[in-house]
Amino acid sequence: MSAARTEAPWVRRTLIGVALVFMFLFLVLPLAAVFTEALRKGWDAYWEALQEPDAWSAIRLTLMTAAIAVPLNLVFGVAAAWCIAKYEFRGKSFLTTLIDLPFSVSPVVAGLIYVLVFGAQGWFGPWLMAHDIKIVFAVPGIILATVFVTFPFIARELIPLMQAQGNDEEQAAQVLGASGWQTFWYVTLPNIKWGLIYGVILCNARAMGEFGAVSVVSGHIRGQTNTMPLHVEVLYNEYQSVAAFAVASLLALLALVTLVIKSVAEWRMEAEMKALAELPPEQPTPAANPLLGQTL
Amino acid sequence: MNNTLRVALASASPMAPLPRRATRRVLPGFNITLGFTVFYLSLIVLIPLSALIFKTFTLTWPQFWEAVTAPRVVASYRLTFGASFTAACVNAVFGLLVAWVLVRYSFPGKKIVDALVDLPFALPTAVAGISLTAILAGNGWIGQYTEPLGLQLAFNPNGVVIALIFIGLPFVVRTVQPVLEDTEKELEEAATCLGATRWQTFSRVIFPCIAPALLTGFAMAFARAVGEYGSVIFIAGNMPMISEITPLIIISKLEQYDYAGATAVATVMLVISFILLLLINGLQTWQRKRSGGVMA
Repeated sequence: MSAARTEAPWVRRTLIGVALVFMFLFLVLPLAAVFTEALRKGWDAYWEALQEPDAWSAIRLTLMTAAIAVPLNLVFGVAAAWCIAKYEFRGKSFLTTLIDLPFSVSPVVAGLIYVLVFGAQGWFGPWLMAHDIKIVFAVPGIILATVFVTFPFIARELIPLMQAQGNDEEQAAQVLGASGWQTFWYVTLPNIKWGLIYGVILCNARAMGEFGAVSVVSGHIRGQTNTMPLHVEVLYNEYQSVAAFAVASLLALLALVTLVIKSVAEWRMEAEMKALAELPPEQPTPAANPLLGQTL
Repeated sequence: MNNTLRVALASASPMAPLPRRATRRVLPGFNITLGFTVFYLSLIVLIPLSALIFKTFTLTWPQFWEAVTAPRVVASYRLTFGASFTAACVNAVFGLLVAWVLVRYSFPGKKIVDALVDLPFALPTAVAGISLTAILAGNGWIGQYTEPLGLQLAFNPNGVVIALIFIGLPFVVRTVQPVLEDTEKELEEAATCLGATRWQTFSRVIFPCIAPALLTGFAMAFARAVGEYGSVIFIAGNMPMISEITPLIIISKLEQYDYAGATAVATVMLVISFILLLLINGLQTWQRKRSGGVMA
């Protein structure tokens, strides 16, 4: 780093110090507090809290919800990224905006809309009631709300990645006689692998941790329609602090694992992008750009 | 999110792929992927959201107006938007600082700090909520020192702001960071050669480059904060007129089976999040043009 681009050492140290103190207060302390509170009464109380049947059923429901919601959004994400990144068509940017929509809708509103569609007073309410199918205040509603809030995660990761990679390799595969499916499986998928993992892991973290939307559509029936975050709330409101933080600590561990996998995926993607940029151009670039090769 | 932005920026840089006019519709799978994307989008997002709009139209105008302007609801808007704005401002300042420190300086443990920035994305909001409450309550790690000084941080609007700062931090850092990485060092060196002090270089040269990104990050943090529910309800105390946020109003109306009232307030929130989404999209376009212009 040249002298023209940096500050006096004391300025540097102060800025680093202030940033680290801020990060410590707002990020490290809450994380540490979860584990401290969970272990306040020792390991035995911690294990006991985790072995409660209600806690177990909450864990099972959370795992099942994520196991359904994430693959659904994965298929959607790949399909959406394929048509948006690989083709030009009218209304493309509008479609991209619509895909982003669930990010900006409040989770509570996300839950509410499913109550309005499937609830007793909703569009399909009378019909569902007549056929004795429960969607809202039952497990299907929880899954639907989770699918909604995690809807854009994978698509949003893949679209820019696939756009940056262009179509050249897929076209080469086509020319060489590969079928569409083979092209995707052997050419596109290896290229987007790390982006896909990155999207899936964030989607999964949100799916397992969603609170607002799920809280609206869950019937809050202990042992039946409580996911882990909802179970944390119930325990907390019953002043069972250790039990609440014990379940919360599992979610915090999930967050830590997510961060580790996410960072690894990020480093791998960066390495691959760098390798991509360093490849010699296979054809003369039109309007040779003088900045090429310097900036990356 | 980090990589989305990074890749989006990479594609806007001189490495951008060649014009892809001729490649249209060569690859198979356009119809099926677009068809599936639109189908799934309609099923999960558009049709349920339209239920909200339809339900709102079954209200008469005076009913709607009365529901969305009741004093308790207006007080909740004031808290939600006021606290979100304050939190987004704090995040803009400290998020810029954290991004700056991460991009410009090196210090031990930097990679861990960098990964930790995404904690609020990965940690379930309910966990963040109970954990922040435990820290800031009168007997908590921080609360025990501030409360004797007359500064109550939990169970009042202060707690809401703190929870929203936690939620919004990564948005600012992750939008500013890649832009800061791409600022051209020649510009700074030129400024120094021309006799600018370091502060002048920052405020006149660097800051204008990153201002659009900072504003985008601010808007994203604000939009997320407006809809946030999980982390806030534990720490807010939820006193009517004082520390009740708008999403909580929707939930409590639902619990009283006041579907019409809940829908009306939810529509107001939906419209606001729509406006914010369009604003963010506009800002991102501006930012891409800006960074494209600087590099050309």
